[in-house]
Amino acid sequence: MPVIATTALTKRYPRVTALDELTVEVGSGVTGLVGANGAGKSTLLKILLGLIAPTAGSAIVLGHDVVTGGEAVRALVGYMPEHDCLPPDVSATEFVVHLGQMSGLPATAARERAADVLRHVGLDEARYRPMGGYSTGMKQRVKLAQALTHDPKLVLLDEPTNGLDPAGRDEMLALVRRIGTEFGIPVLITSHLLGELESVCDHIVVLDGGRLLRSESKAALTGETGVLAVEVRDLSGRDRLGAALAHAGARARAEGPLVLVEITGDATYDLVRDTVAELGLGLVRVEPHRHRLEEVFSV
Amino acid sequence: MSEQFAPQQNPRTGVIHDIGYRHYEGPRLGRFAITQALLVASVRHAYGLGRSGKSKVMPILLLAVMVVPVAIIVGIEVAMKLDSPPIIPAHYVFFLQPVIALYLASQAPQLFSRDLRYGSIVLYLARPPRRTDYALAKLGALVIALLILIGIPLFILYVGALLAKFDVTDMTKEFAVGLAGGLLLSILLASIGGLIAAATPRRGFAVAAIITVLIVSFTATITTTAILDPDQTMDSTAARFANLGSPFTLSRTLGTFLFRDDSDGWMPTTTQGLVFLGVYLVIVGLCVWGLNRRYAKVAHG
Repeated sequence: MPVIATTALTKRYPRVTALDELTVEVGSGVTGLVGANGAGKSTLLKILLGLIAPTAGSAIVLGHDVVTGGEAVRALVGYMPEHDCLPPDVSATEFVVHLGQMSGLPATAARERAADVLRHVGLDEARYRPMGGYSTGMKQRVKLAQALTHDPKLVLLDEPTNGLDPAGRDEMLALVRRIGTEFGIPVLITSHLLGELESVCDHIVVLDGGRLLRSESKAALTGETGVLAVEVRDLSGRDRLGAALAHAGARARAEGPLVLVEITGDATYDLVRDTVAELGLGLVRVEPHRHRLEEVFSV
Repeated sequence: MSEQFAPQQNPRTGVIHDIGYRHYEGPRLGRFAITQALLVASVRHAYGLGRSGKSKVMPILLLAVMVVPVAIIVGIEVAMKLDSPPIIPAHYVFFLQPVIALYLASQAPQLFSRDLRYGSIVLYLARPPRRTDYALAKLGALVIALLILIGIPLFILYVGALLAKFDVTDMTKEFAVGLAGGLLLSILLASIGGLIAAATPRRGFAVAAIITVLIVSFTATITTTAILDPDQTMDSTAARFANLGSPFTLSRTLGTFLFRDDSDGWMPTTTQGLVFLGVYLVIVGLCVWGLNRRYAKVAHG
């Protein structure tokens, strides 16, 4: 059963249509929700939390309808908002314990869980200091900790890398990856940067103007295109190889220093090996030609 | 972290191991228990408990201002062996209304504006309690916090009166009337203060607005009453209805009507009393409705 399933989900405001007949499924692991600002990412998260009602269509989260079972959904889901949400005059420990209780944990359990999750997000001694003095990186960690404190069955992370420096960004993404794999909690993470999701996500959903542009596993998006990239020493070698392959009946073309050969079966690999050997060329590399995510969406 | 205590180490070497992420299998409480926890946490916050040292100063100081005079009164009445109590509890509350107003102005924004200003309201809305539960828990906490402020001095006054061996029945009745009046006042003040504080995320603005509303309305009411009733007999119907003009006079007059308390020298007639009751209920109802609307807007924003 998918963790999240929406059917023709639509949200119209008087002036704009934030979501337009969105039908999408999200499973376990880490799912990236990508789109430009205003693509409908935050609106989708709010609907999934049952905070705003959709104009039409339906959404099922963890088996509960978000309109009729919003309360049940919110008990099972952890949410990390995009914007600042930490009061400066309490400590991280105090705040995360309190929010654990607000999710229904008894007081003692809330204290234990808060200590646990703050350790997991890597907030050590600082957790007893008022949060007003925290750096952006520390604040993002507390925001993540509060989303995990009640051991949710799904976490929704709205732009968790916002405002972080490159090192902090990598650490945050590594944490997200751990949540999805080691902790075993499905993650839906939004970002307007496709590149940063590439490393952590199993599945990518792309929104554009409230519509679903694509929803595919990362393997499918960046997967083999049926083209083999071959690189040999010097450019004359490249041209000789290209000509020889074409002569042998393979579809081949030059691209930069590479010769791209269409794979028609295992015989293609043998043909490339034999042709290179016959011509006595210095082989640099042979690899499947993969797309990068940027290429996939730059259309 | 996990890298430092890798699992391949022998578990019997006495090293502390990172046991990894642990799932929670224990009980999860329902909406009612969560709302109750929010209520308790908010009452604590209203007295600065669990917050920085600085935020304890104002509430504790104002509580001291409420308590010290009664401590002195009790000392005097016990030592001097007075024949009758020097002050009626309900009147004590009325005399110290500026202190209560200050407390409301300083703490209502702490309970209502704070989560809006820092955006933490989102974290509550993303959890099981509904926004109505949140609003009512905060409102309830403010009522209880005000009742503590009013109730502690009244309780000391009551104990003192018993120590001074005044009539137990009379004293108990006066204490009960004072406390019930305090509850009426607390509910009304919390509703008004809560609505004003929730309307703005700016703390200073909320403080100023609450002080202004309470002091201006009280001064206007006292002045109007004095003009309409120069002999201070309170026979004039207009002068009586002028008491509708401020929360303090409204709840006090309603108290004298509901609890048949003639210590002010006058009581509203049944019709007048019902008007006071009606106005009281309408104001509280409108404020609670407004508060709920306010959070609905926040949730949709």
